[in-house]
Amino acid sequence: MPGTMFSILSPDGEVNSEADIPALGLDQQLHLYRLMCLNRMVDDQMIRLQRQGRLAFYVGARGEEAAIIGSAFALEQRDWAVPCYREMGAALVKGFPLIDLFSQFFGTSRDLTKGRQMPNHYASYDLRVTSISSPVGSQIPHAIGLAMGARLAGRDDVALVYFGDGATSQGDFHVATNFAGVFKTPTVLFCRNNQWAISVPVESQTASRNMAVKAVAYGIEGVRVDGNDVFAVYDVTSKAVAKARRGDGPTLIEAVTYRRGGHSTSDDPNAYRDIAEVEPWVERDPILRFRLYLTRQGHWDDDKEQAQEEEIRAHIRSTLEEAYSSGPPSLDTIFDDVYDEMPWHLREQMESVCLPEEFQPVEQGT
Amino acid sequence: MPIRNIIQAVNDGLRTEMRRDPSVVVLGEDVGHFGGVFRATQGLQKEFGDQRVFDTPLAESGIIGTAIGMAMYGFRPVPEVQFADFIYPAFDQIVNELAKMRYRSGGQYTCPMVIRTPYGGGIRGGHYHSQSPEAYFVHTPGLKVVVPATPYDAKGLLISAIRDDNPVIFLEPKRVYRAARGEVPDGDYTVELGQASVVREGLDVTVAAYGAMLHNCLEAAEQSEEEEGISCEVVDLRTLMPFDVETVLSSVRKTGRLVIVHEAPRTCGFGAELAATVGEKALLHLQAPVTRITGFDTPFPYAREEDYLPGIERIRNGFREIVEF
Repeated sequence: MPGTMFSILSPDGEVNSEADIPALGLDQQLHLYRLMCLNRMVDDQMIRLQRQGRLAFYVGARGEEAAIIGSAFALEQRDWAVPCYREMGAALVKGFPLIDLFSQFFGTSRDLTKGRQMPNHYASYDLRVTSISSPVGSQIPHAIGLAMGARLAGRDDVALVYFGDGATSQGDFHVATNFAGVFKTPTVLFCRNNQWAISVPVESQTASRNMAVKAVAYGIEGVRVDGNDVFAVYDVTSKAVAKARRGDGPTLIEAVTYRRGGHSTSDDPNAYRDIAEVEPWVERDPILRFRLYLTRQGHWDDDKEQAQEEEIRAHIRSTLEEAYSSGPPSLDTIFDDVYDEMPWHLREQMESVCLPEEFQPVEQGT
Repeated sequence: MPIRNIIQAVNDGLRTEMRRDPSVVVLGEDVGHFGGVFRATQGLQKEFGDQRVFDTPLAESGIIGTAIGMAMYGFRPVPEVQFADFIYPAFDQIVNELAKMRYRSGGQYTCPMVIRTPYGGGIRGGHYHSQSPEAYFVHTPGLKVVVPATPYDAKGLLISAIRDDNPVIFLEPKRVYRAARGEVPDGDYTVELGQASVVREGLDVTVAAYGAMLHNCLEAAEQSEEEEGISCEVVDLRTLMPFDVETVLSSVRKTGRLVIVHEAPRTCGFGAELAATVGEKALLHLQAPVTRITGFDTPFPYAREEDYLPGIERIRNGFREIVEF
């Protein structure tokens, strides 16, 4: 019954059930840890830049790194990550280079998406990270279609779609979960229940006991997991991915976590919720929990922590400089990619703002 | 050459393209075993199997949203929305997702897809089986909008639309689904998107129309010529986005007068865009204001639909008035 919450690590990094520890080598565990730290340090840096007026907007994931990164870690490269706007960590797991993310945040000419969208709306076809849109839940049906496509093509790739607790109120969630059940698609529906949809708490979002129970009505399996326990998240997602891959259908995973920051840089959470509510979740911090575990196992210490922090900080700093060195996309990119070929009316509009090549001033040599 | 109606032409177009291209899939409500409420997909599931031709749960947003995922994967879905009036539950998926996927991903993800849907009035369907929603989609960057009026064009345009790498809204004029009959070759041929067709030559008035209204315009043109000596040139627009402005302009330069006929409501309808464009590009060739003969700015009225739709008399009055201006 989807109600009990699965966990492996306790908040102080103790192992609840030794048998459930996932079979991840030490290298993989340390990589997982580094990605979680990278996610948080990038978030912190971007929020600082936003406060300084150097970035328009940012969506952070403080406190949700285990849910995001632990789940994406269960994917193979051929699998599809179908994110909403808070899963930069999943993009990092998929190998998204920082320079590509930063170029998107700043909307530069290096941005793979050509400066078309506000920050946090990156996409990479090569990495199978799909294009992000802001209307909540609209990506869920796409994951059903990608999974049906994979099956029809005779391949075994799986689509993992992310959405928040707020999205479970959208029609697209119900429609897509129903399609997933009817067609038994190789899809993992991953609900990151961070308990707040901007200012609206999850109690005002649904009368259901929890999110996992919503799977029952659609005839699929629902699983509830401690979203701040990276091992538990990785474990349940791996099982759901394996199940999907062998043709046994979709799973709805509810990862119970907490959005410690604002929805985005545009809101102050202290304006709508009691700060005391946040405190227990600081104690349940997913990065701290994993660090305590690694330390208990003898794999981590303060020196390693400090060295990693310095390495990540330097990486972020040099990548930022690289990203700043590119200007905005050229004016004519406004008109590209609306269609595969530019129709006459767009060409007319483009030529009204961009001089045709033959009229552009020739630079005089010295 | 075989004679087919529009339904048969659509069916033949789907079959032809599905035989040629294994990435083409058909999905929607009742399109599988039953073959569609208008029978446009009849026999396709039998020939191509239930993986390529399948019924979905009854949810338009799911049909289009799922088709978007399949298109992102590399398929060419041809979803059917049973009536254009039912397309609005999928509006967000069409307008925010389908239309913008190529642009917002910097050209990385594309959604080649044809949404087939019967549109328009005249079948005693009331306002949930009669609407003409083309203007919403023409107004949405990233979509192409195609409206065939004849069986030959229905098949040729449909095949072109399926091969096109952009999402296409393919509006089928259900009033003439069976009434419009004509020669339709077997096998593979295409009619290029974005090209209008001069279906009747004339000297006094250019008439631009599409879909079911084309047939009313042709009938009105015959009567006006015979009874009043007004010579009308009738242009079938066929594609509304991107529309073929050159064919309309060259006709208007000859006749000096333009009448636009559509059954959708007037305000911000396609006629408004065409009139403005012709005004911008050929004002000094015009001998009279551009005339729009359209549906009214009301919901679709069930019991008086023949008065709502531009009929022969209203169209002929329009011809007379523009000539006498």
